[in-house]
Amino acid sequence: MKNPLDSLWGTVISGLILTVILYFVVKSILS
Amino acid sequence: MDYVPALARWLHFMAGVMWIGLLYYFNFVQVAALKAATADGTAAGITKHVAPRALLYFRWAAVVTWLAGAALLGNQFVNAFTLRGGMAGIGIGAWLGTIMLINVWALIWPNQQKILGLKPATDEEKNKARRVAFLASRTNVALSIPMLFFMAGGWSHRAIFGL
Repeated sequence: MKNPLDSLWGTVISGLILTVILYFVVKSILS
Repeated sequence: MDYVPALARWLHFMAGVMWIGLLYYFNFVQVAALKAATADGTAAGITKHVAPRALLYFRWAAVVTWLAGAALLGNQFVNAFTLRGGMAGIGIGAWLGTIMLINVWALIWPNQQKILGLKPATDEEKNKARRVAFLASRTNVALSIPMLFFMAGGWSHRAIFGL
């Protein structure tokens, strides 16, 4: 499998996915 | 003492813009430019004159951003880093920023010194340094996306989290 960080789009999409995951983590901590 | 948070926030923003701005410059502009410049024999212009200056402001802006952020958190610093007291949003942002700062000083800068010839290295060491610095830099771009989300929304935009 190719490393997503080798492409700019892969890097940005990785960051967006991480944002969604962390959003739910924070939401569950705050609720 | 009321001046401290206002000045810290201002400084945090200015240094943060410089840090992340240069991070995006490296990843969105310089990586591709260096590839093209190497192909036509003009890479030295970037590696000798642009990259060392950009790295100087990049790594010190990272330090100033972190320190100003810590000052801005003030007595909520521990609550933020332990994700307590309703500080989980900004706390995640602070953790991401801290990991990014460590990446700058422990991975990107020492390896860039080898790549740019500021520190002696064999060709094999330079090739390894190129890969490590590249991946650390790309990791920071990926981490900057949630970091900016939580920096911008974690403190005051509680509605985002349904609060």
